[in-house]
Amino acid sequence: MYEVKVFVTLKESIIDPAGTAVKDALHRLDFAEVQTVRVEKMIRMTIASTDEIEARIEAMCKALLVNTVMEDYRYEIEKIS
Amino acid sequence: MKFAVVVFPGSTGDADMAHAIRDVLGCDADYVRHDGSTLDGFDAIVLPGGFSYGDYLRCGALAGVSAIIPAIKAAADASKPILGVGNGFQILTEIGLLPGALIRNRDTKFICGPAVLTVENADIGFTNKYNPRETITLPIAHGWGSYYADENTLATLKANNRIVFTYQDNPDGSAENIAGIVSEGGNVLGMMPHPERAVERLLGSDDGLRLFQSILQTWRAGV
Repeated sequence: MYEVKVFVTLKESIIDPAGTAVKDALHRLDFAEVQTVRVEKMIRMTIASTDEIEARIEAMCKALLVNTVMEDYRYEIEKIS
Repeated sequence: MKFAVVVFPGSTGDADMAHAIRDVLGCDADYVRHDGSTLDGFDAIVLPGGFSYGDYLRCGALAGVSAIIPAIKAAADASKPILGVGNGFQILTEIGLLPGALIRNRDTKFICGPAVLTVENADIGFTNKYNPRETITLPIAHGWGSYYADENTLATLKANNRIVFTYQDNPDGSAENIAGIVSEGGNVLGMMPHPERAVERLLGSDDGLRLFQSILQTWRAGV
């Protein structure tokens, strides 16, 4: 069994209005050192063992989990049993 | 002329759409469920507004893998008119029938109110009852309606006159003020403003009615 975390974020070239709003709020709370904020999604899955785990995750990202027109993604795979 | 109004879990604009088609335009409209597999017998397909699947994952993403989607793509390939409004537009971009994507509004808020638009292309089967560069007012109601596409895509849309509606006072940060675009073949239109909610002057505006009349006129002309 694997635990997989897929992190999805807006492409760097796209302004993230949610991240901008969070950054502005942090500034209001006197965290003036904050320079950029990007809000990501994280999708956590447990996946039955397979020899081709990376290929399967890539396929899932392209088929549904990520819209590559506007989003970038990366993932972490941990074998848990 | 017979329209299909595709209903997903969380669609909210389906009844408005059927009302506009049946009671105002005077055509037939049937609801077709997301888990149906065929759109045979319909002359036009409409994807209504709303919040399909609660906007989970991304707006339109889960609707985009519904059982009915292959039939929608087949209808597009067969050059049938396909109209996606609001969430319907988001679904059309998710399934690749239209380029680009709809991202969160520039100011992060849900916006609801009248939007003043320019009809940029009055030569397609969805807009031939409008005048070129005509100003119209249609309601908008969206939180994720900011149109995004990369520079090459925007250049292609412009060069081929595929930007159909633009906002005069861009409310959501859409690239090139885009409110609606059409497919390369001219038969798939996606737009964030709601023409089906502006079909009776009694309710504030009938500027959206001619969009439906254009579809009907084009169908009658057999082009």
